[in-house]
Amino acid sequence: MKNSASQTTNITKWLFDNVIYVFLILLVVGIVIASPDFLSVTNLINILSQSSSRIIIALGMAGILITAGTDLSAGRMVGLAAVVSASMLQAGDYAYKMYPNLPELPLIVPILIAMLATGLIATLNGVIVAKLHVPPFIATLGMMIGVYGMTSIYFDRPPYGAQPIGGLSEKFTTFAQRGIPIGSYEIPYLVLYAIIATVVIWVIWNKTQLGKNMFAIGGNPEAAKVSGVNVARNLIIIYMIAGLLYGFSGTLEAGRVGSATNNTGNMYELDAIAACVVGGVSLSGGIGSVPGVVTGVLIFQIINYGLAFLGVSPYIQFIVKGLIIVVAVAFDMRKHAKKK
Amino acid sequence: MSESSSTNLLEMLNITKRFPGVLALDNVSLKVRPGSVHALMGENGAGKSTLMKCLFGIYSMDEGKIHFDGKEISFANSKQALENGVSMVHQELNQVRQQNVMDNLWLGRYPKKGIFIDEKKMYEETKAIFDSLDIHIDPRSKVSTLSVSEMQMVEIAKAVSYHSKIIVMDEPTSSLTETEVNHLFRIIRRLQSENVAIIYISHKMEEILKISDEVTIMRDGQYIATKSAKDLTTDEIIKLMVGRDLSQRFPEKVNKPGDVILKVSDLTAETQPSFSNVSFELKKGEIIGIAGLVGSKRTEVVEALFGIRALSSGSIELNGKLVNNPTPQHAIKNGFALVTEERRSTGIFPDLSISFNSIISNMKHYKTKSGFLSNSKVADDTKWVIDSMNVKTPSQKTPIGSLSGGNQQKVIIGRWLLTKPEILLLDEPTRGIDVGAKFEIYQLINELAADGKGIIMISSEMPELLGVTDRILVMSNGKAAGIVDTSTTSQEEIMRLAALY
Repeated sequence: MKNSASQTTNITKWLFDNVIYVFLILLVVGIVIASPDFLSVTNLINILSQSSSRIIIALGMAGILITAGTDLSAGRMVGLAAVVSASMLQAGDYAYKMYPNLPELPLIVPILIAMLATGLIATLNGVIVAKLHVPPFIATLGMMIGVYGMTSIYFDRPPYGAQPIGGLSEKFTTFAQRGIPIGSYEIPYLVLYAIIATVVIWVIWNKTQLGKNMFAIGGNPEAAKVSGVNVARNLIIIYMIAGLLYGFSGTLEAGRVGSATNNTGNMYELDAIAACVVGGVSLSGGIGSVPGVVTGVLIFQIINYGLAFLGVSPYIQFIVKGLIIVVAVAFDMRKHAKKK
Repeated sequence: MSESSSTNLLEMLNITKRFPGVLALDNVSLKVRPGSVHALMGENGAGKSTLMKCLFGIYSMDEGKIHFDGKEISFANSKQALENGVSMVHQELNQVRQQNVMDNLWLGRYPKKGIFIDEKKMYEETKAIFDSLDIHIDPRSKVSTLSVSEMQMVEIAKAVSYHSKIIVMDEPTSSLTETEVNHLFRIIRRLQSENVAIIYISHKMEEILKISDEVTIMRDGQYIATKSAKDLTTDEIIKLMVGRDLSQRFPEKVNKPGDVILKVSDLTAETQPSFSNVSFELKKGEIIGIAGLVGSKRTEVVEALFGIRALSSGSIELNGKLVNNPTPQHAIKNGFALVTEERRSTGIFPDLSISFNSIISNMKHYKTKSGFLSNSKVADDTKWVIDSMNVKTPSQKTPIGSLSGGNQQKVIIGRWLLTKPEILLLDEPTRGIDVGAKFEIYQLINELAADGKGIIMISSEMPELLGVTDRILVMSNGKAAGIVDTSTTSQEEIMRLAALY
């Protein structure tokens, strides 16, 4: 900016600052070179629709990570929401209905009930962290185990016991599996839901007091307190928003897969944390962006889909994903680290 | 008194504050006129910060009254003080570094349009305040990209945005260059013209005499005098600040300095602002003190010797051989030992036993052939630490956190002596330790020097330096202002050197 000599360092700096976007492009280019067929609208739509529910989870998780917290119970909440919503949205003529006498409910009711359940659980997480000062790792670890128990009790009971909740009503599967036809393709509704969630969260983070407070709490809790930010209340709301997102994502998962069990969503929290971290969210708090989080999820999904497309062994995919998490964070630490 | 309340903006009257075993403030009063710059002076530990903490409600005072703007007040916390027009620009700046300037300025009270933040209004108001103060910082730039002086300007602007009537500045110039200091002074003048009063805490005599209207001097928690700055000279201020008699609080010196063992030349830190071009020599059996004000980079120098801080240039010679300490591990191997300033955060493992705390730096000496630690060797060395340092403890297994500060410090010194160092670096070795234990630590330092160790000791307590050391290196703003012989120097000379740069 000041002189031309610093131009090369500026480019290096830009590359450093935008390393995940550069990486995303390189990744796609690499796969396309290996197999030009990869570049198709069908593949793009598949990747986006597989990413959608994960983007929604990751956006909730990212808010918590930015406050220097974490949420290990996210995956189990997804499972709870999936089981609850599926149990109330089975087709009327399905033989193994969990509630044989339940009339067909409007789609929105079970979804709201599922979101209410996860919203309450996540609020409880927030209260435990903010008011009882239990470290988020421990608070949500306990919640993770407890929620699995609750989901299992709800799931495994008469008349049919521990069977996957299937036979979902058509309006539910349409809601999660179909899309808007454009030409010979269909833009999945899932992608639209993810876009809406992304926009809403972007607005909250960047345009509201809650968002600013979230960054302040994670960046320097002392300064936030001294400036009159109600740290506890803001934390609780951030956990609650995350819970609502997990709940919505859980119903989408049930609808997308067409069934739900008490193991739906297992380990999704770690995928979400990995995606956030690769997307530039700092686990020590105060740093992160919505485009970064979305890119982080997309990178993992493209690796999943792309490597499978190339016929790479799934075991090797695990090794690649593991490497990417560590390398991405190592890069990030170099960006922030300063020698004393 | 009733007529004076009408002319003074702030009156702190007969403030007394006790801590367990210490009388931190003894009947101190401070009266500040509106629109004046009031300097608060005193040595480290004289009670200036404690007094300000009482004002902001961080400490509750035991006796005394505070009148502000005609009313008696007692703030519960600094947030309340801020909202009532009393603000502080801290030495350690309390900002969210990852966010931008205007976010920091309006944190906790963002201007809003409905549920959304009114970015435009926020920008314009920030800009207006910056313009009125002649500050040239983009409100949208990230705080982490600002220099220290710019961050300070932002803090001042924040105080102004709260419509503060009084702003406390704690050592505001300690890390500023001369041009930046001049800019700060222009801002202070402008605030003054708007009838804002400033309480200006500083050690720098020239600045004080230049900027302030009145000077209040404190010493040992007591109020000494308030005088008009016009009637004061540097020498008079120093005399008022240090004028105390030195009682016999120090053991008789028994060490005899021998040949030079450590030669430090031209040491300059890699990250500036920090110390630069520091040179000195340390003799075998000699105790060198490092004096200087808070912020004069004394700790940084010993940390650099110990490999914690990176150097950009300079050399360290031990016994005539060049040594390189890129990390503490190297330093320990080369015969250096450092007792850190922050005992609680970087010294002790509070929940672990005295035994563990004694041997942790010397672990490899307890390894047996099979690779396990030898319990008997560990017990022997722990016993040596407890006996020779005279640590008062029920057993070797006692958690160190349950001992008094003085006994903790003795264990830590013992820990480093187990590594058989040639050079012992002590950073504020008697901080937070009661008077009796201090004497024992002094005695220990003395004996170690008599035993032939070279000792470098940082201290903020002038009497301690004069009572224990052989020579004193005086640091001022990152530079070595001079090395004086303890037997021939005076507190006045050291103070003058410390305020040199």
